[in-house]
Amino acid sequence: MNILFVLIPLSLVLLALAIWAFFWAVGSGQFDDLDSPGWKILMDDDSKPPSSDQSEKPAPRDDD
Amino acid sequence: MEPQKAQECFHCGDALPPRQRFEVVIDGESRQVCCPGCQAVAELIASAGFADFYRFRETPAQKPDPDDRNLAQWTVYDRPELQREFVAQGTDGICEAGLIIEGVRCAACSWLIERGLEHEPGLESVEVNPASARARLRWDPQQIPLSRLLARLAALGYRPHPASPDIARSSARREQRAALKRLAVAGLGMMQVMMFAVALYAGAFQGMDPAIENFLRLVSLLVATPVAIYSGGPFFAGAWRDLRARSAGMDVPVALAIGGAYIASVWNSLRGSGEVYFDSVTMFVFFLSLGRFLEMTARHRAGTSADAIARLQPTTAMRIDGDRSERVGIAELQVGELVRVRPGEVIPCDGIITSGSSGIDEAMLTGESRPVLREPGDPVTGGSVNINESIEVEIRSLGADSVLAGISRLLHRAQSERPRLAQLADRVASRFVGAVLVIAILVGAYWWHAAPEDAFRIVLSVLVVTCPCALSLATPATLTAAIGALARKGMLVCRGAAIETLAQCDRVVFDKTGTLTTGQQQITRSRFAAEPGANRAMAIATALEAHSAHPIAHAFAADATQLEVTDARAVAGGGICGSVAGKQYKIGKTSFACDRRSEIATLIADQDGGASSWIVLSEDDRAIAAFELADSERTDSAAVLADLRDLGLELEIASGDSAGPVTRLAERLGIDAFHYRLTPAQKLELIREHQHDGETVAVIGDGVNDAPVLAGADVSVAMGEGARLAQTSADIVLLGASLRPVVYGFTVARRAMRIVRQNLGWALGYNAIALPVAASGIVQPWMAAIGMSTSSLLVVLNAMRAGRDPGPPRIAADHDLHRSEPSQAVT
Repeated sequence: MNILFVLIPLSLVLLALAIWAFFWAVGSGQFDDLDSPGWKILMDDDSKPPSSDQSEKPAPRDDD
Repeated sequence: MEPQKAQECFHCGDALPPRQRFEVVIDGESRQVCCPGCQAVAELIASAGFADFYRFRETPAQKPDPDDRNLAQWTVYDRPELQREFVAQGTDGICEAGLIIEGVRCAACSWLIERGLEHEPGLESVEVNPASARARLRWDPQQIPLSRLLARLAALGYRPHPASPDIARSSARREQRAALKRLAVAGLGMMQVMMFAVALYAGAFQGMDPAIENFLRLVSLLVATPVAIYSGGPFFAGAWRDLRARSAGMDVPVALAIGGAYIASVWNSLRGSGEVYFDSVTMFVFFLSLGRFLEMTARHRAGTSADAIARLQPTTAMRIDGDRSERVGIAELQVGELVRVRPGEVIPCDGIITSGSSGIDEAMLTGESRPVLREPGDPVTGGSVNINESIEVEIRSLGADSVLAGISRLLHRAQSERPRLAQLADRVASRFVGAVLVIAILVGAYWWHAAPEDAFRIVLSVLVVTCPCALSLATPATLTAAIGALARKGMLVCRGAAIETLAQCDRVVFDKTGTLTTGQQQITRSRFAAEPGANRAMAIATALEAHSAHPIAHAFAADATQLEVTDARAVAGGGICGSVAGKQYKIGKTSFACDRRSEIATLIADQDGGASSWIVLSEDDRAIAAFELADSERTDSAAVLADLRDLGLELEIASGDSAGPVTRLAERLGIDAFHYRLTPAQKLELIREHQHDGETVAVIGDGVNDAPVLAGADVSVAMGEGARLAQTSADIVLLGASLRPVVYGFTVARRAMRIVRQNLGWALGYNAIALPVAASGIVQPWMAAIGMSTSSLLVVLNAMRAGRDPGPPRIAADHDLHRSEPSQAVT
């Protein structure tokens, strides 16, 4: 069981890293808006400038 | 794509005009919209390839203002004097501006704005936050003027208002970030400590190597310390504030619980014997932080009063200096200068009309649903809307001296004087904490004499075992669950305590315009002379009204086959006159349209209502038709009021509108108590009287004139479509146009308070048993641990019941069903 004396401090280091990463993410504004980024992934495919995609046929949709 | 509801505009969700069709082709399907404004915006969105907006949005879009598409209106924002207020230029020449954007309602809106602007040359970046409806714009002024960007925004149907970039990065964002970090530390810490705790519990039963047990305790101490001190910091700060103000709020027992359990655990783990409670400490901090975080998010969504004032006042005005006229920022205006206000514009300041006469819509300030005629010499109020004709106004007061600022001061005063009902949990908790402290001292004194070496250990175990964890969790956990349930039903609770007050309410006071009614004029009755007949008269009336921007004109939806009107002219305070096929027609007030009173009387043939609500159409001075107009009632008003009455609530109407419309509406809805022509101060007085009689009053309103009374009520609900100022002073904001969520609000609130009482009863009962056992010094470690966790867990699980769905929407038809289960409604 002596391995615990190594593994638990190791997990604490990982925990500290996770908290540091989260603080960094909050500080850089990634959590300021929790709503729209989720939608952006779904909607990104139609965002080409109109000039280049008006001639193309819209891709068939099966996502709804 | 969402199916289009019949009779609703595809873009903004308003009712479609009955006789006219506007169509837009989106994704190959023809959709109906309500007006040319919506048509233009929807066409722009579709042609730019952004039709997905309609697929992903959560609520209908804001109805666009046709004026917003005009580029010239925005060029004033290129003036350096105006830009100084809200634009910051970096060293690299890139400008940055903060904007408040009207009409942003969900993530799809922010997507549309970001996509719609990203191909403008010279635009560096645009970020829109749908929660706060704020945007940050970065652009190169060498390549594109700000006005182009603003005009593009307006063309998409979102009207921008400048906001200083400092405010955009304001306290709200800082507060949210700090709360999120605290929540994350508490959550991660809780999971780690729980893991160690499971090992320790298992060890307590099966036996464990003392070295490992001690190690696990020290590791738990290490992880729980930042949770208690960093995440729990706000509770200690709040408790300290409460103590200094000599009022025992909820923070005092919470801080005592966290502090007591933490210090006892630290003591025990350092000396290597006794029980540790780090798992309880971290769980407790996490759940409380979560509740506060949700409450804060809702509060931020409802916005701040600074935002609200910014939306209400125009940012620019047309200044007249001799022959020259120039569009300038509001901040540049001086008292004594002249400004010109065109029809449809918001009057920027308080002042006196010097030339022109026009109908002024003061609904926002007074609640009066119809425009009031103002002539040269008459005063006008900033924030009201000019309807008919261009007027010139001499500025009398600006900024802090204006009526609008006065209302906002009244609002602040009402907020600070608001009666604070002592919250149930606070009362119970503060008494409980006092009792525990007294008992702990007595127990300590006893053991000091009996066995001094055990005294400290036993006093600590008394404090910890009776730890008010369950007691302190009882209310916040239940309120958090109830707030979540109400948010799903379209009711945003901005202050958690509102739930408790809502459950205690005896009386609900409604505003009329915009709350019980939609605030839109509609034809309720019409009479036609035999000649030329209903169809022809209606067509003429519609054609004439198409030439007016007056709210009454909205009642006559423009017809597709419009008659040709020549020489159409709006007469302020009267109506509209014009010629059709060589005949002279007038439509408007009875006195304006036709001199022959008897003729009108026979036409209307109505004894009960006064003639004031009728407008008359005349042909060569002969009355040929009469229309009764009224602010149309919300479709669900009657059903909602019936349900509220079934819940045992007294209902009352307090309106700023005139006697006629208020009386008629109250009769139709069956409300005996109603008041009309009330100023904001009188409304506040009315509420105070009821509160003086010992009643708990809820107020539901929408307008700026309601803001002070909303702030003064025990609990206030603002309509989601209403003025932002009203929303900032409300405890609860309705997200949609329906009153239905109010009924859920009362049902859920009462159920939540029942659960709170059960929780308090359980926590007190548990402590009543645990206290004597702990005081006698015979508490086994595992008993204390299990008892404490179970009592908290039971409270949390019971609290979750408050978040259950309050049931499908009831409609008027199933009232009988509702009456047969009174346990749902009455506590």
